[in-house]
Amino acid sequence: MHEWALAEAVVSAASDMAEKERLEKVTAINIKLGELQQVDLEIFRFALSQLFSGRLKDAKVNLTKTRARLKCRTCGHQWSFNKAGLDESAKEAIHFVPEIAHAFVRCPVCSSSDFEVEQGRGVWIESITGEKRRG
Amino acid sequence: MVDPRTAIIDDRLKDIRNIIAVSSGKGGVGKSLVASVLALTLARKGFKVGFFDLDFTSPSSHIVLDIGGQQPKEEKGIVPPRVHGIRYMSIVHYSADRASPLRGSEASDVLIELLAVTKWGKLDFLILDMPPGISDTTLDLLRFVKNVKFLVVTTPSRLAFETVRKLLDVLKETRVPVLGVIENMQVQGSPWIQEQVKAKGVSYLGALPFDSELEENIGNTEGLLKTKFSKAMKEIIENPESEYQLNLL
Repeated sequence: MHEWALAEAVVSAASDMAEKERLEKVTAINIKLGELQQVDLEIFRFALSQLFSGRLKDAKVNLTKTRARLKCRTCGHQWSFNKAGLDESAKEAIHFVPEIAHAFVRCPVCSSSDFEVEQGRGVWIESITGEKRRG
Repeated sequence: MVDPRTAIIDDRLKDIRNIIAVSSGKGGVGKSLVASVLALTLARKGFKVGFFDLDFTSPSSHIVLDIGGQQPKEEKGIVPPRVHGIRYMSIVHYSADRASPLRGSEASDVLIELLAVTKWGKLDFLILDMPPGISDTTLDLLRFVKNVKFLVVTTPSRLAFETVRKLLDVLKETRVPVLGVIENMQVQGSPWIQEQVKAKGVSYLGALPFDSELEENIGNTEGLLKTKFSKAMKEIIENPESEYQLNLL
């Protein structure tokens, strides 16, 4: 249920965004979920639905999954994250703290742990849409 | 694109009365030992204490405090395990015995992630064991954690104090409260550090002796608290009337 904490962060950030954009009602929240964090979509959606209130109450949640792409800083090789090669404890650790991938994942070409997560790390709010406050 | 994690950090820390970052410009001056003994001493006094090891690439407090295999629980977030009466959080819960080689921006992400998902609950004190220097983690802490106060550790070495002087300058410029400076590993009782600290307008809290019995008590909290080092720390923490007051209690 660590997804719940991430959902709380999304609700807090979306509320701040709505305030800044003077939205009376948020109609949609567009969220990108990076593959590396392996967020459980069902739990995440459920948590959001339970946490939405006030101007977020009727917001539709659009989730887009992003493949995790890694690039070795040592040899330049680019590859896709593949959790299949990891044991359960490593997968779980990366789920909680994606940067822990540097303890478990190595460049398939040169074995370096110095790689960049080019895309697909964690949770991002891409945008929100809604109805503006009058006046 | 908005990173939602930073929006929840204030909420996660709202029930913590005091956040103390044990810091230094230099590594190897005893930050983790000072932070650990501070946390243990406050917990023994009945305070609710949390401990967060922010040295993500070279953590060591888990050895000092003998954390063993205790793991956080998932309860709508991450709840740090209670060890020796302290809520304890570290990257070692996830990296186990493996090295965690991280660049500065990656250490920033670890800090933001763990600040966003860790549920500390009500605490009197959260002790932060800082990495050495004035790089990403220290700067992020200043950016994201309001009301943090710094407890700065040095040794009698001019080399150590030269880095501490710069840390104190940064903290002063950014108007971050400094509780004071502790001089660790004192051997000869020279007043030089005390004079330098006072010249910076910062409280000199006292000296901790070089203690040859300290190493053998690392990982044994009962033994650790009986060392000359811990007794001197206790004196600094407990004695609000002395010249060297920490004013925590």
